[in-house]
Amino acid sequence: MADFKLTINGKIQEFKDMPDDIPLLWLLRDEAGLVGTKYGCGGGYCGSCTVHLDGMAIRSCSIPAAALEGRQITTIEGLANGDSLHPLQQAWIDLDVPQCGYCQAGQIMNAAALLDSNPAPDEAAIDSAMAGNLCRCGCYIRIKDAISQAATALAYNAAETTTELKS
Amino acid sequence: MNDAAKMFADMASRSAVEEKGLSRRSFIKLSSVAGGGLVLGFHLTVNATGKKEITTLNAYVQVRPDNVMVIAAKNPEAGQGVKTSLPMIVAEELDVDWAQVEVVQSDIDESRYGMQIAGGSWSIPMNWMPLRQAGATARAMLLQAAAQEWGVTASSCRTEAGSVLHPQSGRSFRYGELAAAAAELDVPNVESLVLKKPSEYKILGRRITGVDNQAIVTGEPLFGIDQSVAGMKYAIYEKCPARGGSVKSANLEAVKKLPGVVDAFVLKGNGDVTQLSAGVAIIADSTWAAFSARKTLKVEWDETDAADDDWNEVVAAAKALQTQTGDKLLETHGDVDKALASATNTLEAFYTYPFVPHAPMEPQNCTASFKDGRCELWAPTQTPQWALETVANTLGIEPEAVTVNQIRMGGGFGRRLLNDFCCEAAAISRHAGIPIKLQWSREDDMAFDFYRIGGFHALKGGLDASGRITAWEDHFITFTEDGEKPTRGASLDSNEFPAPLIDNTRLSQTMKHTGIPGGWWRAPGSNGIAFAVQGFIHELAVAAKRDHLEVLLELMSKPTREAGENAGKPLDTQRAAAVIALAAEKAGWGQSLPSGHAHGLAFHFSHAGYFAEVAQVSVDEKRKVTLHRVTVAGDVGPIINMSGAENQVQGSVIDGYSTMAGLAVDFSSGRIKESNFHEYPLLRVHMAPKIDVHFVQSDHPPTGLGEPALPPLAAAVTNAIYAATGTRVRELPLSKSGFTV
Repeated sequence: MADFKLTINGKIQEFKDMPDDIPLLWLLRDEAGLVGTKYGCGGGYCGSCTVHLDGMAIRSCSIPAAALEGRQITTIEGLANGDSLHPLQQAWIDLDVPQCGYCQAGQIMNAAALLDSNPAPDEAAIDSAMAGNLCRCGCYIRIKDAISQAATALAYNAAETTTELKS
Repeated sequence: MNDAAKMFADMASRSAVEEKGLSRRSFIKLSSVAGGGLVLGFHLTVNATGKKEITTLNAYVQVRPDNVMVIAAKNPEAGQGVKTSLPMIVAEELDVDWAQVEVVQSDIDESRYGMQIAGGSWSIPMNWMPLRQAGATARAMLLQAAAQEWGVTASSCRTEAGSVLHPQSGRSFRYGELAAAAAELDVPNVESLVLKKPSEYKILGRRITGVDNQAIVTGEPLFGIDQSVAGMKYAIYEKCPARGGSVKSANLEAVKKLPGVVDAFVLKGNGDVTQLSAGVAIIADSTWAAFSARKTLKVEWDETDAADDDWNEVVAAAKALQTQTGDKLLETHGDVDKALASATNTLEAFYTYPFVPHAPMEPQNCTASFKDGRCELWAPTQTPQWALETVANTLGIEPEAVTVNQIRMGGGFGRRLLNDFCCEAAAISRHAGIPIKLQWSREDDMAFDFYRIGGFHALKGGLDASGRITAWEDHFITFTEDGEKPTRGASLDSNEFPAPLIDNTRLSQTMKHTGIPGGWWRAPGSNGIAFAVQGFIHELAVAAKRDHLEVLLELMSKPTREAGENAGKPLDTQRAAAVIALAAEKAGWGQSLPSGHAHGLAFHFSHAGYFAEVAQVSVDEKRKVTLHRVTVAGDVGPIINMSGAENQVQGSVIDGYSTMAGLAVDFSSGRIKESNFHEYPLLRVHMAPKIDVHFVQSDHPPTGLGEPALPPLAAAVTNAIYAATGTRVRELPLSKSGFTV
């Protein structure tokens, strides 16, 4: 058993007497009460458990929490900026992407990391980046449309910000 | 219980208030203090004479003083969209803005809500008229209350966007101001209600985003796996890998000493695999502690009564039967032997499809609390009312002692029609004496499903000199668990299309025993049958050197009364012909395609829905298939929620493609071989085709969309592969026929 001090959604949290090998997923869900990150396969095949580690999309089911002290962990609960949804979250609502909704937190977190590194992905880039996230309901067409819409919104926001800074 | 649910449950308070003789004003105030408003709820039941009547004030519509309409979503949500679409129906007839609506999931109560189930694409057809009447009844009472307040006739008033208006005087009331008065009126006779015409719809047919979408995209607790109750521990349940085995011994003492483990014990099971199989439960402080302890658990199984099936043996046995007629005659008309003997051209083909699991993204789970002879469940189930019965049976208590809270599911596809995981959770909680959340691993979910059963069709067809199909024979080789009838989802209807449309037909059946249990899988029966039947019709069209479209439309030229039925619904040949023609037209059937591309067409009628699909594929020299585009035309009557409807169709096409392309489970010694997604290659985003969806919004009552768009897809793709390559696919998945995707 071990104690961990992790930075989750910008806050440092301490966890006492944890199993040495507890994966981040189960620490988030059962100990931190952040259940938006989902268990789908436990083997890194499905992407339902995707979170950000220092801005990179990772599969939280397959990474031990013990290795993560001092790293920035962001979950779906920490993606919005206060009450202001991330453009991906808004696009997901606007385009009514979810069916069952179970995989969508992982899809959104994976897409957010994509847009951080490639703000204007074409279809091939979206396909390539999102290929590790399964959706059993088959919402793939809307997932791709929503990523494109969010990319457009981000570009628009960036242009607005630039204009504001200049003026 | 959340506030709104509490208000529904507290409906009795209205009569309590009335008994105390409080004035209406007091009641409004009292309700406001309680955080609520007034409940107007209605439930339609059929009385002994079969006449529909409103029996009691009930729990669909609640009008709050702030003019928010709280509408109960009565059926379980598995991703099929009914938590949004069913309340839309109420809201339309209530005549409110969708923005004024707050949806809450109802509790489980057959006396108030009737059948509460997510299955069979039933939610829309079963609830369409009752929910319209519920909304219209509330509207009529609000209108009457306003008319009385103003001293005018109800017919001089009208409603709009959650208000009653009196145009002559320019006066208006918001519904919220009228709720108390309306609640004191007699409930109007259902025959007196005036329902809207489609031209008056303001909500139905629009694109409404799902009511849970905000919670989904922000990661709020919604699903079964997210449930947490006070004092809860975490459980796993290890069962015999050969279905139906029992526990000889287990190293419980070693497991109990592991860190975080609270308890470990054996449950004997009740002999019914749909309820409680024998196994070993481990209770721990966290999911991970329970999962970890499982690695140490060693169980010696008694497999005397366990499944010992082997898929390869089953295939060999079925193939040996292909030239025979089946043990049981399902249907015959005309003289198929004579018609085949005199046919200008005859064909024989043997079609095979495998067992497949449901594999919803959320592995099975259930939270249960057994205390003082009662059991409460937080259950992501498609059949919460069945769960009451099966859990009660498992525990040996009355159904009245079981409470089920219906919880959003991370996918259903038919898996959660059976409630074995609920029975396990209940039995574990009772034995442990504490509330527990039972969590299956993905491996459990793959190994202990109720599978879409595999099937075999030995088909014979005859063509006359003009290329018309004159003879049709299908020997269907399927599976039984009880030795008497095909298992769940493994039947061929005696009048399954196209047999009733062909002059000489014989449908027969042979059953093989299976210890691997069958289950209802999205569009049960049709999901496999359509592949065989629609592929073989194409084979006959090719043999006759005729256009497939022309042959399908010719089949549909017969009157509806001769066309047979599916799941008790008659096939309307005109509706069928309309969607076939529309899909062909929209896809550009018969027109030139890019080099190497080919079209395939298929139609199927299931769950009262008519769907025709055209697949556009190309196949490279290494037999790698690319599905570029699928054009879908469907008729399920008027569309309730256009956004949800398109999503269901797109999802059905992708599910259909995913399954026919690469999905199967293999088994030997009664054990499923595939364990996780690395061995079960669900379709990924880059393989998804473009999908065009077209609806014929015919003037029939609306029917469900969770299932009927799936069955035609496999044959549309295999027919297109034939058109592209000349190779006929008769065995699924495609990987078994030498193709990859």
